[in-house]
Amino acid sequence: MAAILHIRDLTKQFGGLTAVDAVSFSVPEGGIVGLIGPNGAGKTTIFNLITGIYRPTSGSIEYRGKSIVGLEPFRIADMGITRTFQNIRLFKNLSVFDNVLTACHLSANYSFAEAILRLPRFRAQEKHLTAKAEELLGIMNLSDYRDLIANNLPYGLQRRLEIVRALALNPKLLLLDEPAAGMNPDETEQLMRLIVRIRDDFGLSVLVIEHHMDLIMGVCEHIVVLNFGEKIAEGSADEISKNAQVIEAYLGTSEEAVDA
Amino acid sequence: MDWTYIQGILMLAGINMIAVLGLSLLTGFTGLFSFGHAGFMAIGAYVGAWISASPASTPAGMGLPFILAIVGGGAAAGVVSYFIGRISLNLKGDYFCIATLGFGEAIRLIFNNVNRFGGARGWPGVPSNSSFLAILIADIVAVLFLANLVKSRHGRNMIAVREEELAAQIAGIDVFRSKMTSLVISAVYAGVAGVFFAHYMTFIQPKMFSLTKSTELTIIVIFGGLGSISGSVLGALVLTALPEVLRAFEIWRLVFYGAAVILIMVSRPKGLMGGLELTPSGIRKWTAERNALRQAKATLLAEDSGRKED
Repeated sequence: MAAILHIRDLTKQFGGLTAVDAVSFSVPEGGIVGLIGPNGAGKTTIFNLITGIYRPTSGSIEYRGKSIVGLEPFRIADMGITRTFQNIRLFKNLSVFDNVLTACHLSANYSFAEAILRLPRFRAQEKHLTAKAEELLGIMNLSDYRDLIANNLPYGLQRRLEIVRALALNPKLLLLDEPAAGMNPDETEQLMRLIVRIRDDFGLSVLVIEHHMDLIMGVCEHIVVLNFGEKIAEGSADEISKNAQVIEAYLGTSEEAVDA
Repeated sequence: MDWTYIQGILMLAGINMIAVLGLSLLTGFTGLFSFGHAGFMAIGAYVGAWISASPASTPAGMGLPFILAIVGGGAAAGVVSYFIGRISLNLKGDYFCIATLGFGEAIRLIFNNVNRFGGARGWPGVPSNSSFLAILIADIVAVLFLANLVKSRHGRNMIAVREEELAAQIAGIDVFRSKMTSLVISAVYAGVAGVFFAHYMTFIQPKMFSLTKSTELTIIVIFGGLGSISGSVLGALVLTALPEVLRAFEIWRLVFYGAAVILIMVSRPKGLMGGLELTPSGIRKWTAERNALRQAKATLLAEDSGRKED
């Protein structure tokens, strides 16, 4: 399988602190890859590097064979990479529908003058955008909340809305930053099915950061483990759960081991 | 009260309204506060006066038609704002606000010291071209332009920038460009308002475009409600007329003006309109949102009681 995202020796330093240290991995086309590690391991920093919010100190990020290092975040989004945030970042005072409609903008290209003068191309494309936003809300079971202000949505649905907004961009690679944070086991279960479903229905590749091991072990075909900015292991769920270094990073070393 | 007097107040309100609508786009819809829009009004006023004043007057003008003064004054303000934006739009939040304050004052002081335009003594003899009808037409065009802009992908991108800049970037929105477009359009509005103002007063002087004027515009936008075009229209009408209505209080006039503004802001913290629009679709949207909230609450309550019964 060809890799849609290829990261090599990615390093990010903040002053004297090395947040990400020579990390390499790739996301295969159509795959679901998990990125795990204790707090402060550099997972979100990697997301910020991929989406262009930070510039890497060194190393390369290739998306479909092209380097995306140094591009502005909106250009990277334009190319088909988008994400959700650990602390949800919706357009809070807009309705659920408007949140999605706004994100659909890449599917229209009418000009400024066409918008002001309400020319036919504007009307046709706006109709298309509205239909697209409605459809996405329908697929993701949010139609009932169409007119609700995003801020008033229950927490779990806010997370789902953020994913819908990301899908509105027609992404090829979706980065999910702790999508199950604050969810109960029931909701997490639903979310797992949702991730697999959108991968299949939208033909996406997914890179997901998560602390819920059930979710990671359940949906990820490949897992990358970070600790203190370094990659310490990589492999299938089975391999990872048996890896001594991973167990150490998560549970600490036993006292006997330290004594020995 | 005779009609000429009322008409005079309405014309002034109409002129303010143009500038306020522009600032509403920048502050209410894009989330950028500016305390320098009087500077853009000054540019419009002076360039407009220069284009339309008679070559025989001092300072001399070009004696061209009023319509060219409107176009020229608006364009000049827009061009200047573009360069100001290039330097300052990367500043975050309050820092941008302080920068605009500096630019606004700088523009005023430049006019204060350029004798070609009359310096601090001002420019008398600007032709009296701002008719009631012309202002009314300008206001209608200004409202329609803004309403159409806000309900397009360009306008939605600006609103997204106001709501959550980082999320807007990740959603593929060129944040800098959206801010720039918003700033230039709002400056053109202020410039056009300046042209009408100059041709209404027939005399302009740099001190008319001081920080107080910028503050007044921002107050009207907030008073009307951020993110509401109807709010800006109402705000401009109410707050321009209010000092006139309060003339009975003589020297206490401005104290009552301040008290009235405070009173309304305390009772309606989101401004007169609070982000809503007084149009059929605006009202539909408002009721839809209220119903959705009520329904969502009912659903959650039902789920909750369902859980208890289990």
